[in-house]
Amino acid sequence: MDAFRFAKESQGKGFSVEHHTAKVLEKSEKLNKRFHHLKLISSDYAVKRSKELDRQGKRSGRLFGLPVSVKDCLCIKGIESTAGSKILSGYLPVSTATAVKKLEEEGAVVIAKTAQDEFGFGTFSTNILEQKIPLNPFDLERSCGGSSGGSAGFTAVADFPHVSVGESTGGSIACPASFCGVVGLTPSYGRVSRHGLIDYANSLDKIGAIAKTVREAALLLELMSGKDEKDSTSLPAEAEKLSELNGTDAKKLRVGVVKEFFGAGISSGVSKVAWNAIKQLESEGARVEEVSLPLNAKFGIAAYYLIALSEASTNLARYCGMRYGVHEKLEGNFDEYFSMVRSKNFSKESKRRIILGTFARMAGFRGAYYVRAMKARTKLVEEFRKAFKSFTVLAHPTMPLVAPKFSEIEKLSPLQYSMDLCTVPANLAGLPHISVNAGKSSGMPVGLMFSADHLHEKNVVSAAAALEAVVA
Amino acid sequence: MFLANARVNAETLKRVARNARLNLSDDEVREFLPQLNEVLEKFSVLGKMKVEKVKPSFQPVELSNVLREDNALECLTQEEALSNTKHKKYGYFRGPKIIQ
Repeated sequence: MDAFRFAKESQGKGFSVEHHTAKVLEKSEKLNKRFHHLKLISSDYAVKRSKELDRQGKRSGRLFGLPVSVKDCLCIKGIESTAGSKILSGYLPVSTATAVKKLEEEGAVVIAKTAQDEFGFGTFSTNILEQKIPLNPFDLERSCGGSSGGSAGFTAVADFPHVSVGESTGGSIACPASFCGVVGLTPSYGRVSRHGLIDYANSLDKIGAIAKTVREAALLLELMSGKDEKDSTSLPAEAEKLSELNGTDAKKLRVGVVKEFFGAGISSGVSKVAWNAIKQLESEGARVEEVSLPLNAKFGIAAYYLIALSEASTNLARYCGMRYGVHEKLEGNFDEYFSMVRSKNFSKESKRRIILGTFARMAGFRGAYYVRAMKARTKLVEEFRKAFKSFTVLAHPTMPLVAPKFSEIEKLSPLQYSMDLCTVPANLAGLPHISVNAGKSSGMPVGLMFSADHLHEKNVVSAAAALEAVVA
Repeated sequence: MFLANARVNAETLKRVARNARLNLSDDEVREFLPQLNEVLEKFSVLGKMKVEKVKPSFQPVELSNVLREDNALECLTQEEALSNTKHKKYGYFRGPKIIQ
């Protein structure tokens, strides 16, 4: 049963949200013992909420009684929210993120916070300090992908109607969706309010949806979208009725196949599955042509990481053991105390990223790195814009490979930022994109990614729905 | 500075870490230094892009200023603001010494 049918059934008089939620919480506990997708299960919060919904005179809401999990970096009032970090241990937000609030207004029941790489710093959900590493539903020796790994993994294993809220800075929704065989929908930058999000990089962070089907992901995004006076970067554009799109008409699609993302660095198995899927769309009537994005392929990763790390280094400056999160004994002067707290409680990956970002913004280096990366972004966005004059969507594999084994990840240098080759450009440009399962290679799911011009979420949803119809 | 020539030495690394309020152990300096240089070398590819006359995009989409009437609205209460700290006194945050 999908979220749409569930919400209809749950609005019936005989349905007990409390009873259903209790069953879901019990199942979630069992699943989590095996897969470790959830950082915490918010049982008390969910039970209280479900009782409130049962008491409501009018049983309405498009997510009425629907269990929803939320990536740990989104704040929920009274529920520990740490973005997977140690330095925010014990932090209990005093308000709820706008995106989550909107879902709760539609009747959603938040059942859990999902596991993620610390502050989103990772591609495999292995930069996790405070809990066990989440495991891939298809092979327990493999990664779920990151950084919204818990959200994607749990969506794949949940055998009850459920959707999850993820967040992407450079591909953190698409990557785990690809590795876990589910749908990951990331909106245009500004489409969903970031109020209540524990930031990684302000000009890149986007809250999005992870679900089993394209239509469910579209519904979740539709409900979270909209201008919010608490986020000055949220866009005034009206939320699209994404869940009502008839996406199976492939004839309206003009698909640009990005040739650079089928070349060097992409595994042959992944390329083959992705091409086959595109060919299937073509046989359904989609117009398919190759397109080249040479600037994005060559400069995307460097520009993205310089911007992301620069912004991260300023965002993480606020964590100093004074106002929230970890506290240490107040000793020494402010410099000594702040440095001690930060050195003790940030992971190595955080330290690496803070140092790189601080370096890129320092006097003498700022123009050569930070500002140059911002200028590069202008040209990379222009390259996309030009492509979208000829195509409704661009398509390529979401990730260069299937989910790697943990033993393979251990052998990688911690600086394997090139894994994000295919997802980074659309994220850097703030473009809406979706990863949808295109088939399997060596028994593991392969995601195909569609991206579209700013605020054209309907194009990626239509393309993904058309693919879902032929691959399913 | 041209990106292609950038190399960081241990002294610069420690200076950057100090600016970021991080104490690095000698082991961390030994570990991070080659990593920092490896990444900077990878990033140096940006030096090949012609961007001299290009305007920087500090956001991926064009944003306009958001203004509202200058009226007091609801905000955090003092109790809420202090609810997550152990370091408080007389209704204020208690911080480390600024002046010795």
